[in-house]
Amino acid sequence: MVELKEEPRKLTAMLSGELDHHHAKEIREAIDFAVREQLPKTLILDFGHVTFMDSSGIGLIMGRSRLLEETGGTLEIHNPPQQIRKVLRLSGADRLAVIRDTVNGKEPEHEYAQ
Amino acid sequence: MNTLNELKCTFPARSENESFARTMVCSFASQLDPTVEELADLRTAVSEAVTNSIVHAYRSTEPGLIAVTVRLLPGDVIYIRIADKGCGIADIEQAMQPLFSSAPAEERAGLGFTVMQSFTDSLTVRSKSGHGTTVTMRKKLRHGKE
Repeated sequence: MVELKEEPRKLTAMLSGELDHHHAKEIREAIDFAVREQLPKTLILDFGHVTFMDSSGIGLIMGRSRLLEETGGTLEIHNPPQQIRKVLRLSGADRLAVIRDTVNGKEPEHEYAQ
Repeated sequence: MNTLNELKCTFPARSENESFARTMVCSFASQLDPTVEELADLRTAVSEAVTNSIVHAYRSTEPGLIAVTVRLLPGDVIYIRIADKGCGIADIEQAMQPLFSSAPAEERAGLGFTVMQSFTDSLTVRSKSGHGTTVTMRKKLRHGKE
């Protein structure tokens, strides 16, 4: 599931539930529609409420990274839980986007390298 | 090899069954009291294998069946076999290369086998063009101990 929050030049996609192949298409379509409408300077994918992610989520990140390159914006990944961080590290997708923890006051960038 | 317990299940290769498949395997594995991380690893590996069958195996035909077998082996080893009777993989070595995908238009990252390999102790892929693919994985549950 995805809920989109639009602010001036910033689009936040609050993701929730299970991010697998079954759910990725709907999320991708919703985000891409909003990005093309709004042309945000920053797209934030917030994983704070995602309970599961497999490589379909990596596909989602890679695809949005390409889209933002095209539209001239940057991609940020916020609040990935432990299991998701492990998949991010494995895929190298943590090099495609800035990763931040914005909850619990841990604002500055986290170094997730092992 | 002595099988201490076993679960077999067959379901159509439809994407709504991805969640069901990984939940089923994790429920079975729970009898070994795995750590949260071990369970997450199994859940992710199963999701990748089942998704591969759903995305690739029956792409030019009606969705066929996926058969999942989970076994509990001595030494706290979970054995998982995921088999389809789909189109098969022409070049397994190429398919297992990180970032290789035969379905980039669907935004497949090409990392399914990489995830399966990293999150389990062993991965075997057998495939025959036109006859299907069988993925076998084993993971020893160490309960957080090395």
